[in-house]
Amino acid sequence: MSNPTDRQYLKSHEWIKVEGDVATVGITAFAQDQLGDVVYVELPEVGRTVTAGEAVAVVESVKTASDIYAPASGEITEVNEALGGSPELINESAFENGWLFKMHVTGLGDVLGADEYDSLAQ
Amino acid sequence: MSEAELKRTPLHAAHVRAGARMVPFGGWDMPVQYTGLLKEHHAVREGVGVFDVSHMGEFRVRGPGALDFLQRATTNDVSKLKPGRAQYGLLPNDRGGLIDDLYVYMVAEQEYLIVVNAGNIERDFAHLQTLARDFDVTFVDESALWGLLAVQGPQAEATLQPHVNVDLSAKKKNAFFPATLFDLDVFMARTGYTGEDGFEVFVKTDEAEVVWDKLLTLGVVPAGLGARDTLRLEAGFPLYGHEFSDDTHPLSSGYGWAVKDKAFHGREHILDRATPERLIGLTLDKVPPREGYPVLLNGEVVGRVTSGTTSPTLKRPIAMALVRADAAEADAYEVEVRGKTHPATRAPLPFYKR
Repeated sequence: MSNPTDRQYLKSHEWIKVEGDVATVGITAFAQDQLGDVVYVELPEVGRTVTAGEAVAVVESVKTASDIYAPASGEITEVNEALGGSPELINESAFENGWLFKMHVTGLGDVLGADEYDSLAQ
Repeated sequence: MSEAELKRTPLHAAHVRAGARMVPFGGWDMPVQYTGLLKEHHAVREGVGVFDVSHMGEFRVRGPGALDFLQRATTNDVSKLKPGRAQYGLLPNDRGGLIDDLYVYMVAEQEYLIVVNAGNIERDFAHLQTLARDFDVTFVDESALWGLLAVQGPQAEATLQPHVNVDLSAKKKNAFFPATLFDLDVFMARTGYTGEDGFEVFVKTDEAEVVWDKLLTLGVVPAGLGARDTLRLEAGFPLYGHEFSDDTHPLSSGYGWAVKDKAFHGREHILDRATPERLIGLTLDKVPPREGYPVLLNGEVVGRVTSGTTSPTLKRPIAMALVRADAAEADAYEVEVRGKTHPATRAPLPFYKR
């Protein structure tokens, strides 16, 4: 599986795409495939300050609930409201329309490049 | 338990070949899903699917004392069984809880087959063997001899009929009978765990894969543990380790009908004792309830979720929960999910009935 090279990854299968000092965060195609059909997403509150590595959201499939960890420290600036009515966007478009939240980044956590993550998630 | 120690059913290679995602379950390496939980779930509700349930245990009881032994060991009235019929029952421990739930199949006079849960085979056998000493029976663990396939769904009868030498339409729910299926000698039972019509097929271990492959050729959809769990939860069926445990009072479960007033092992701890809890159904608006989440009534914790998911058929979150008996009559509860409470409405069990 080849993952987009315009972003970075956590071992726990989140991706982060940093553009200027704002980043978009989601879960990878591999992660959504492992989870199966997503039925519910619990997103962080806008304005919340988070630390890299902290559990900040929950993605639930029919079978299980999975914590989502912040790939960076900073402040949550926006959440993907569309997931409230259409959590399946995560299955359909994990890297684009199924993004989870945006954040103002003050420091990146322990992230991997696409190559490193490729060898992990297969 | 490491993967190397996990037991494998006779269909293990077939699952791997089909691309199943394998997980440890009750000491076995089992398929949780093949192509997708929802697809497999809907196949069973709308067409026909097949589950490998070979990991479950089969014990055979034979002898003049067979009926008395089973009357002593299980809660249901086994004397009501006739040859060719099956009955659900519970296996009480000696302190008012449960060792397992099980199915008793009457093969012939003085001969029964018992099917128990995979994770409980060893301790069920040890417990029953101890009880069997007081009766004139032989009691044998035949688990290694049998593959067990559950063919479930509204199309089960129509799919199997052309390949079986008996008239399936004449076999009622809980019928148990020998048959020839795909030219192999098997036993079949009109039983299952999905809330749908269907048949369970007992086939010799080394012939299980032949039956499996032929079913798939007929378009029967292989279904994994994931779908089995959502289907049984919609149908309100208890699962040992969730709704039932060593500490669950058998009458808490809604399965009180399977506990008869007779002289069974542990009776005094069950029938002479008040029921501390009751199993109820709950529906929520959006968030899926999971096992262990607290259930509240008027702000007070009165129980816990025992099984929960988002129902693929009803398309909304459902849960079974054990709540204190004195708090089991309300219409509205709350379920605590990650520190926040969410409204939950009492729903009759089963959630789904065909």
